[in-house]
Amino acid sequence: MAKIIVDGVEVDVPPEFTLLQAAEAAGAEIPRFCFHERLSIAGNCRMCLVEVKGAPKPVASCAWGVRDCRPGPNGEPPEILTKSSTVKKAREGVMEFLLINHPLDCPICDQGGQCDLQDQAMAYGVDTSRYHENKRAVPDKYLGPLIKTSMNRCIHCTRCIRFTTEVAGVEDLGAIWRGEDMEITSYLEKALGSELQSNAADLCPVGALTHKPEAFHYRPWELSKTDSVDVMDAVGSSIRVDSRGREVMRILPRVNEAVNEEWITDKARHIVDGLRLQRLDRPFVRVDGRLQVATWPQAFAAIAERVKGTHRNKIGAIAGDLASVEDLFALKSLMTALGVANIDARQDGSQMSPAHGRASYLFNATIAGIEEADAILIVGSNPRIEASLVNVRIRKRWRMAPPPIALIGERVDLTYPYAYLGAGAETLADVAAGRHSFLDTLKGAKRPLIIVGPGAYAGANGLAVLSLAAQLAVTVGAVSDEWNGFSVLHTAASRVGALDLGFVPGEGALSAREMADGAVEVLFNLGADEVDIAPGAFVIYQGTHGDRGAHRADVILPGATYTEKSGTYVNTEGRVQMANRAAFAPGDAREDWAILRALSDVLGHRLPFDSLAALRQRLYAEHPHFAAIDSIAPSDGAAGLNALAALGGSPGREAFTSPVKDFYLTNPIARSSQVMAECSALARNLRLEAAE
Amino acid sequence: MAVRRLAPDDIQPKSFAFSPENEIFAQEQIAKYPPGRQASAVIPLLWRAQEQTGGWLPRKAIEAIAVRLDMPDIRVLEVATFYTMFNLDPVGKHFIQFCGTTPCALRGAGEIKKILERRVGEQSHVSADGNFSWLEVECLGACCNAPMVQINHDYYEDLAPENFEKLLDDLAAGRPVKPGPQSGRRSSEPADAVKTLTDPALYDGSVVGAWRKRFEEEAIKAVETGEAANATATAAANPKPAKPDAGRAIGTESADTPAKRVKEGDAPVSAAERKDAADQTRASVDQTSKGAVPTPQSDKSYGATPSKPGSGQATPDAPTTPVAGTPPSDAPARRDGSESKPDVVVDPTKKPS
Repeated sequence: MAKIIVDGVEVDVPPEFTLLQAAEAAGAEIPRFCFHERLSIAGNCRMCLVEVKGAPKPVASCAWGVRDCRPGPNGEPPEILTKSSTVKKAREGVMEFLLINHPLDCPICDQGGQCDLQDQAMAYGVDTSRYHENKRAVPDKYLGPLIKTSMNRCIHCTRCIRFTTEVAGVEDLGAIWRGEDMEITSYLEKALGSELQSNAADLCPVGALTHKPEAFHYRPWELSKTDSVDVMDAVGSSIRVDSRGREVMRILPRVNEAVNEEWITDKARHIVDGLRLQRLDRPFVRVDGRLQVATWPQAFAAIAERVKGTHRNKIGAIAGDLASVEDLFALKSLMTALGVANIDARQDGSQMSPAHGRASYLFNATIAGIEEADAILIVGSNPRIEASLVNVRIRKRWRMAPPPIALIGERVDLTYPYAYLGAGAETLADVAAGRHSFLDTLKGAKRPLIIVGPGAYAGANGLAVLSLAAQLAVTVGAVSDEWNGFSVLHTAASRVGALDLGFVPGEGALSAREMADGAVEVLFNLGADEVDIAPGAFVIYQGTHGDRGAHRADVILPGATYTEKSGTYVNTEGRVQMANRAAFAPGDAREDWAILRALSDVLGHRLPFDSLAALRQRLYAEHPHFAAIDSIAPSDGAAGLNALAALGGSPGREAFTSPVKDFYLTNPIARSSQVMAECSALARNLRLEAAE
Repeated sequence: MAVRRLAPDDIQPKSFAFSPENEIFAQEQIAKYPPGRQASAVIPLLWRAQEQTGGWLPRKAIEAIAVRLDMPDIRVLEVATFYTMFNLDPVGKHFIQFCGTTPCALRGAGEIKKILERRVGEQSHVSADGNFSWLEVECLGACCNAPMVQINHDYYEDLAPENFEKLLDDLAAGRPVKPGPQSGRRSSEPADAVKTLTDPALYDGSVVGAWRKRFEEEAIKAVETGEAANATATAAANPKPAKPDAGRAIGTESADTPAKRVKEGDAPVSAAERKDAADQTRASVDQTSKGAVPTPQSDKSYGATPSKPGSGQATPDAPTTPVAGTPPSDAPARRDGSESKPDVVVDPTKKPS
């Protein structure tokens, strides 16, 4: 630790701290544009100037270490001043230079009201300009469908370049020319090829990069803000949903060090228009082959008629990827009341089950734990599109000091180098049997991490592959008291919650695949749009969008999306998180648990809760860990994994392929979004170009 | 510096590949750096590519070098655009870099520039015959032979309108030309007959201390002629202003401020003004009717007002995110959606129509 005096306050900070960090530790606020905690230090905006006693000039505090300061003549700690008149004058000078070329277009700028430059100009700016030359003019750039540019406003902080290069791992952005003529651009204005690019617009301290889909739609002070979680993938990123009136206007990331740091994927952010397009806002009943608008009582009566005449073994329920724990609990309660055991939330055909222990289906190492792993084996996964923020963590780990990373599965660009071991289960068996040198690497590691993705566990022999991976984890000692490196990567936000609830077929009951293939006569479909249901069955679709499930349905019950209801989601780590309502569902649509509660009444099996609070009381009584919001209940660890490893089975010889074919179109909300459609088309073209 | 762009597509070559000798050069350059650091060779490779293409860098060359050095295209473009010695547009067979910095300008670079504009045309444009293009650059470091230009790899110095015209004629006609001074000088020796270094006084010790002797002699001379006394007298009688404003507008004092009045010995505020200020009838804001609240301009509220589901504005009256670890049922003021929407009303007896 090193002592330093900031404005007369002596603080004790680690010597590797910069002056800016030391000043913040001492409670002094330092203005900055280019400095960002999660990016490398550039030191080019000069806004963070402070006075160091003994230094002839003000120094940039973001780029000056505490250990670089000289002690006083009698060995006193070094002293810095952040509020002296020199500092104020220096910052005013910097601000004046920054404003020389900055256009005065705040009234038409989307950054207005959330602009660092605007805020800091209030503190350090002057009200007039002494500059009588022409302002610099910079042509705007095309950077793809998500980022709008207005390059006259750029102050050359290079945060966007550093973000795309360091965090997103695509070297697309750069600065060409130099000095006053410097311009931020991609090579010949190619669209950015990252699934995290929108974060660059968040990082922009001015209005040079703004979000194109949201352009001119709102002012930040008009929005009411609701903290929530993202359900586009199983990472469960913390988000803030901003709404105006009934409409969600934008989604922003929230800082959550354990999950998403402060990034979210483009899909999490820009599905906003999908929340209002293609919505189911009224119940429908199929009459003579055509879906017709109905009232709630009519829809319920149609269901009751079919259910009453059907044997309970011929009834089934499939739950989709966006269902909250409350919805699943209500549906499971209803099915149990009807005596139905055919329930399944695994529409991808995976065979994970709570019967094998909670550790058998969780990302046990935790996302933050990736940073501690010292050898990583990725099995059957493309984390870049299946869980982009997990990939960001692996990349962050790789940037700290590259650990050995190996991949079994599809050979894809993960933004960091890895050893490619092979394509499928055979290679995994080779590694487990010691026929591959990577086994020794894993054995030699203190905290080996084995990530098993959907490409591995969702195949025909998924359970055997999962078991084989667990065997490997046990063999290399990945499971100990303080570390569990066996980590399953999910892609569906509802999956872990459903497995925790036991939303899987009972003894001898039908799986989702079997139900969809026509083994049941009445199928209750709770927002499962990724599965093809064979003709024949009477399908009740409860969901939000006119997607695949609704087209096949005989009765449609309009539900609420994750921004329109309060719901619990469990992410791939097993972290219980709660999404909150930011807006109301359109038209006659209702919250899903309430629909199920009303339906249960019609079916003659009234569910024992009349409010969400009552539902949650019962839920927490049966599954206490759901009550511990934002925490991970400790899993059964080694015992569970040994049970999974003992399952054995033949993993087969198939190559692992990711079920996520198109990152931008993985769920009905995203498929309804025009922005996502545009991104998807662009990404397809980029892939075709790369293939040439 | 004018805004520069890559050359238009119609003049861009369709492909680029290093010639065999440049390929060997590239391999040598890359071999200089440890594996993984091959990007360090980007500048030599760009330079060779520019020479090979006749003085400019086509887009394909930038991309070929990016592939060669395993760099993203944008990183090579950054280097190529940062350095002004990389030309991104075609140049003439004789690419003239004309020095326009002060020493050359003092020695007549303006005349040279006029000739360039007349004979070659606008800056950064290739002449019709393809022989010439020119660019004004900053100091090339040959000030003792000013004015000068650099044509391709050679300096042409001591230019004058006549010899520069001749130089251009010769280059256009393909005649051999002599690089270096065009005035007959060998290098940067004195232009006239002065032979300072051959003066024997330099070597006999007589110049040691000569500068001081000269000052002393001048001082004595000034005293003898009375010039020094004269200057002293004039300076005392008619002093020069210490800091002339040099024609700039200088700040004038404010017309009537309390500070000015204090300076002039008056009271900062007069009693009459105090009385005026206290007069409520003269106040610009009516402060008598305290407690009256202005009526809101609309029923929209952006503050923490009670929820108005009627207008669709959901305003949480408590933090919406629970404290970690709190069971949601225990969280205060839980909003679960049930309070604002009516329950689904179902009539089980009714059949669908």
